[in-house]
Amino acid sequence: MPAIQSPGTEEVHPDVALVARAKEGDTSAFEQLVRQYERQIFRVAQHITQNREDAEDITQDTFLKAYEKLEQFQGNSKFSTWLVRIAVNESLMRLRKRKTSKTVSMDEDVQTEEGSIPRDFAEWRPNPEQIYDQNELGNILRKTIQGLPPGFRTVFTLRDIENLSTEETAEALGLSVPAVKSRLLRARLQLRERLSRYFGQRKEGQPA
Amino acid sequence: MNCTDFLSQLTDYFDGQISPELLAEVRTHLGECDHCKVVLNTTRQTIEVYRGNEIYEVSDELRERLHSAIMSKCSAARKQA
Ligand SMILES: [Zn+2]
Repeated sequence: MPAIQSPGTEEVHPDVALVARAKEGDTSAFEQLVRQYERQIFRVAQHITQNREDAEDITQDTFLKAYEKLEQFQGNSKFSTWLVRIAVNESLMRLRKRKTSKTVSMDEDVQTEEGSIPRDFAEWRPNPEQIYDQNELGNILRKTIQGLPPGFRTVFTLRDIENLSTEETAEALGLSVPAVKSRLLRARLQLRERLSRYFGQRKEGQPA
Repeated sequence: MNCTDFLSQLTDYFDGQISPELLAEVRTHLGECDHCKVVLNTTRQTIEVYRGNEIYEVSDELRERLHSAIMSKCSAARKQA
């Protein structure tokens, strides 16, 4: 299995120059940064809030905040991680306001053991892509990730969908690396368990 | 290594951040335990199926709308400052 980890960057990230220019008032440099990350920020917000209108608002607010607080960005982390951090905070705030979920802090909802202990031991054969068409598969994947507690959903989104490293995820969420790892394990196992209901191999004559 | 120990190594195993000693133990356990083998395979598939299918697509139309909204908000903020 190849490592699910983005490679470390040794040379200076191209964003550094853009951020420096943006800080000096170069709007086109800032606009380029917006272009680079607007899709990602929207996806992150949509995954966490599970609401499209909220995600649109959050994307706009995230970049506006970044623009207004650019001076405060010290370059200790990547610019993209800094943006994701703003977007995560905005998203969790939005969830809290909507109260669609009981627990919306990154520190809560870690007590849930549901689905963390594997119970389904069926292989997925054939592959999900071979059983379902694109549309059905999308619905299953959306429905399944919606059922995760927000804290787990957020970690899974950053680490596995957006491919941030464990360290970057920790930075973006204000969590320690071990805390990210333990949430990630639970998130993956819970998703696996729930998806097994759809994708698990059915033996003939056995009810699904 | 038992099944619980195996699970606790799963994240490091996926990340390729596992010591050679532990890796050998993980492999031995996988050779003996069909349940953990299934958990490993299907967890890997879980990650792959989410990576391979963008479930919230950003259409060009949405992206353009977002982009202009962002830039006009920033421009308004600049004029105020
Ligand atoms: Zn086992």
